[in-house]
Amino acid sequence: MYAVEMRHITKRFPGVLANDDITFSVLKGEIHALLGENGAGKTTLMNILYGLYKQDSGDIYLNGQKVDITEPNDAIRLGIGMIHQHFMLIPPFTVAENVVLGIEPEKNLLLDREKAIKDVEEISQKYGLIVDPKAKIQDVSVGIGQRVEILKALYRGAEILILDEPTAVLTPQEVEELFKIMRSLKEEGKTIIFITHKLKEPMATCNRITVLRKGTLVGTVDTGKTDISQLAKMMVGREVIMEVEKPPHQPGEPVMTVKELEAYNDLGIKALRGVNLILRKGEILGIAGVEGNGQLELVETLTGLRKASAGKILIHGEEMTNHSARNIIEAGVSHIPEDRRKRGLILDFSLAENLILGSHFKAPFSHGFQMDYDSVYDYAGDLVDAFDIRTTGIHSQVKYLSGGNMQKVIVARELGREPDIIIASQPTRGLDVGAIEYIHQKILEMRNGNKAVLLVSADLDEILSLADRIAVIYEGKIVGERDPRTVTEEELGLLMAGGSA
Amino acid sequence: MKKNNYHRVIQLLKRESVADVFISFVAVVAALLVGAVIVYISGSSPYEAYKALYEGAFGSTYDFCQTLTRTTPLIFTGLTVAFAFRCGLFNIGGEGQLYIGGMTAAIVGISFTGLPLYIHLPLAVAAGAAAGGAWALVPSVLKARVGAHEVITTIMMNYIGILLCSYLANYPFKAEGWIAQTNVVEPSAQLPRLVASTQLSAAIFLALACVVLTYYILYKTTLGYEIRAVGLNPDAAEYGGISVQKSIVLALVISGMLAGLGGAGEVLGLHKRFIFGFSPGYGFDGIAVAVLGRNHPVGVVLGALLFGALRNGGMVMKQMTNVPTDLVVAIQGIVILFVAAPEMFRIFRRIKKGGIKNAF
Repeated sequence: MYAVEMRHITKRFPGVLANDDITFSVLKGEIHALLGENGAGKTTLMNILYGLYKQDSGDIYLNGQKVDITEPNDAIRLGIGMIHQHFMLIPPFTVAENVVLGIEPEKNLLLDREKAIKDVEEISQKYGLIVDPKAKIQDVSVGIGQRVEILKALYRGAEILILDEPTAVLTPQEVEELFKIMRSLKEEGKTIIFITHKLKEPMATCNRITVLRKGTLVGTVDTGKTDISQLAKMMVGREVIMEVEKPPHQPGEPVMTVKELEAYNDLGIKALRGVNLILRKGEILGIAGVEGNGQLELVETLTGLRKASAGKILIHGEEMTNHSARNIIEAGVSHIPEDRRKRGLILDFSLAENLILGSHFKAPFSHGFQMDYDSVYDYAGDLVDAFDIRTTGIHSQVKYLSGGNMQKVIVARELGREPDIIIASQPTRGLDVGAIEYIHQKILEMRNGNKAVLLVSADLDEILSLADRIAVIYEGKIVGERDPRTVTEEELGLLMAGGSA
Repeated sequence: MKKNNYHRVIQLLKRESVADVFISFVAVVAALLVGAVIVYISGSSPYEAYKALYEGAFGSTYDFCQTLTRTTPLIFTGLTVAFAFRCGLFNIGGEGQLYIGGMTAAIVGISFTGLPLYIHLPLAVAAGAAAGGAWALVPSVLKARVGAHEVITTIMMNYIGILLCSYLANYPFKAEGWIAQTNVVEPSAQLPRLVASTQLSAAIFLALACVVLTYYILYKTTLGYEIRAVGLNPDAAEYGGISVQKSIVLALVISGMLAGLGGAGEVLGLHKRFIFGFSPGYGFDGIAVAVLGRNHPVGVVLGALLFGALRNGGMVMKQMTNVPTDLVVAIQGIVILFVAAPEMFRIFRRIKKGGIKNAF
C-alpha cells in the first residue's frame, strides 16, 4: 500500500515547466528521499502535496484514496506535515506554546499551559525528540528549532512528514541526531519524505530514493542497490568529478593579518570576541563553523561593511581597520558575499551594470564624472564568455538568471578584477552540482595563481576538500586550527559545537 | 561603433520595458473611459465633453500654447519626484521647494537693477535652483545621518517653506495693494514670452533642458550609476564601495533643485513676480506625473503633457458643456489608480493564495 501516490503531476510557472508529468509514490512507513539539483522541481512537487501550489494536471492519492488538496489546511487534515527550510516559529514564545499555537488546549478561555507542556512532553518522549517545553525559542539552537517544527507537525496528527532540506543548517552532530529521530519516527509507523540535494545523506538514512532533474522524473532506486556515483549521474545527467584535484600548496608571505578583532552584530550584541587570523599568499584558509557564530560579521568587518569595535586589520602590512569598502576594494580585496541577492547583486540592474559594481568609478568604465558604457559593455561581454555565464545578453536584468548563473556573475566580477585577496562566504550555497564544481575550480585556480583565499563555509565537505588550513569559529572566536589532511569530521564537529578536541 | 549603437538601442528598449509603456497607456485609456461613464451618469454627453476637452487643450495654437504653459511646471515637479525616486527616496517636498525657489528667484529678480539680461536672468534662475536644493538639503542630511524618513521631513519642510514665502510676500517684499505678491521682477530677469498673446514662456526650454540633463545624469554618469544602485539595493551599493549617504544627499538636493527651477520658471516666465498661491499643488501633481511616467525623464514629459492638457482643456470643457473641472481631477486620480493596479492585483492574488502575511 502506498501512503502517497502522485500521478502524472504537471506544474507550469511562467516560462518554466517546474514539474513535467511526474509520477512518484511513497510506501507507508518508509523514509523516501527526493533528490535533485536546485530547480529540479523537488520543492514544487512537495508544495503541491502540501497544498501550497495547485498542480495543472495530475492526481494525488493517499492510502489509495484520491484526494483534492487545495490548501495546507487540507493537507494537515489529511495527516501531512511539512517542515520548511525557514522555520515558522515565534522566538519569544516557549517550545510548548509554539507547538500548540493555533490549536491550543483551553481552560476557562485561557491557554492551558500545563496541558500544553504535558502534551509536548508526551510526543517528545514517544519519538525521542528531546526538547525542553518551557525553553523559549529564541534561546534554543537551530537543531532544537527544527525538532519543534517536527513536533508541531506531529501534534497536528501528521502521519506523513515532508522535510525540506533539513540538514542545510545543522552541524554534523545535529545531522546525526536528526537521522536518529527520522529512524525512530519510521519505527513508529510514520512516513517521511526527505528533500535533499546532498548525495551522502539519503544513502545513510533512506529506503528508497527518487531522483528529479529539470522538472522530470529520472527514476526511483532502492538505497541498497545503488551508490553515490550512480546517484550523481542520475542527478546531473553526466559523470561528475567528486574529488577536487589540488596540487601541494606553498604558502607565501602574509597578505592579511587580523589581530584581536571585535565587532557587534545588527542587534548590538558582540559577535566577534577577539579574532586572530593570518592569511598568506597561495593558500586557502577555510573558516568552518555553524552559521551564526560570527562568520557574517567577520567577513563584513574585513571588507569594510561593518565597523570593528576593537582590534586591527592589516592588508599588505598596512593598517586598514575601519576603512571604507571602496578603500578595501582598491587594496585588492574581492568579496563573494554569502547573500548574493541582497548584497552581491542589484537584481534590477543589467548583467553589464552588475559586472562593474565596485569598479564602476575607475577607468576604463568611468572618466571621473562620465561613464564610458561602451567599455562597460565590451568588458561585460568578455566576462560572460570567460566565465561561461548563461544569459540572453549583457543587457538583461540579473533577476532573470538562475541561482548558479547569478553566483557566476558575482564570481566573474570579483575574480575578473584580478584581486590579491579573495574573501568568499558560502560561495556554493544552494547551487547545483555543476555550478559548485565550477566555482570550486575557480577558487583553486586563484590559489594556484598565488592569490590568498579566505573561504567561509558551513559546508564541511567543501572546507575539507578545498582548504589548506581550517580555522574553526565558535561564538565569535577562532577556537582551533586544523590540517584538513589529518583532521576528522567528528573532531571538527566537536570544535564547531564549542567542545574542545 | 555600429555594434555600440546597437547596444544603446537594446539598452533603451530593455530599460523602458514595453510593459511599462503599455501599463501607462492602458491606464490612461481606461481612466478616460471611466470618466466618460461618470459624465454620462451625470447627464451630459461624454462625446461633447471630451470634444470640448480636446479642443480646449489642442484646438488652436493659442490653446496648445496654454497647455504647454500648464505642462511646464509639471515637467519640473515630475522630474523632482522621479529623480529622487531613482535613489529610492520619496520627495513629497516638491511644493515647498517650488515655493522657495520661486520666491528666491523673485527676490534676485527684483533686487538687482542695471544688470544685463545674460547675467541677471541666469543668476535669478540659478538662485531659484540653489534655494530649492537647499530646502531639500535639510531632509537629505537628516535621512543620511540619523535615518529620519524623508516623507515626514519633506512634508514638514513644505509647511515651513510655504509659510515662510507667505510671510515674505505679505511683509518684506509685498507690492503695493492687497494681494500677497512681490513687485514685478526687472525685465532683465524675465524669461521671454515665446508666442505673442499667449502665456508660453522660455521656461519650457528650461524644463526640456532639465529632462535631458536628468536623463544624462542618471544614465550616463558615475553619479547616476551610484544613485540608481542605491535606489535599487542599498546593501549591494554599499558592498560595491558606494557611499549610500552621499548618494542620498546628492539625489535629494538635485531633486530639490529641479523643483526650485520649476518655481523660478513660473515666477520669471509666467507671472513675472512671486504671487502667493501661484502653485495649485504642482509639487504634489508631480507625484502623479512621475508615477504615470514611470519615473523616467521622457515618461515625465508625456505625463506632464497629459495632465497639462487635462487641466487646460478642462476649463474650456466647463465653459462649453457644464461638466465641472472636477472631472479632470477625477480622471487624474483614476489614471494613477490604474497605473498602480497591476501591482495591487498581484498583492490581492497573493492574499487570496497565502494569506495577508505572505502577500507583500
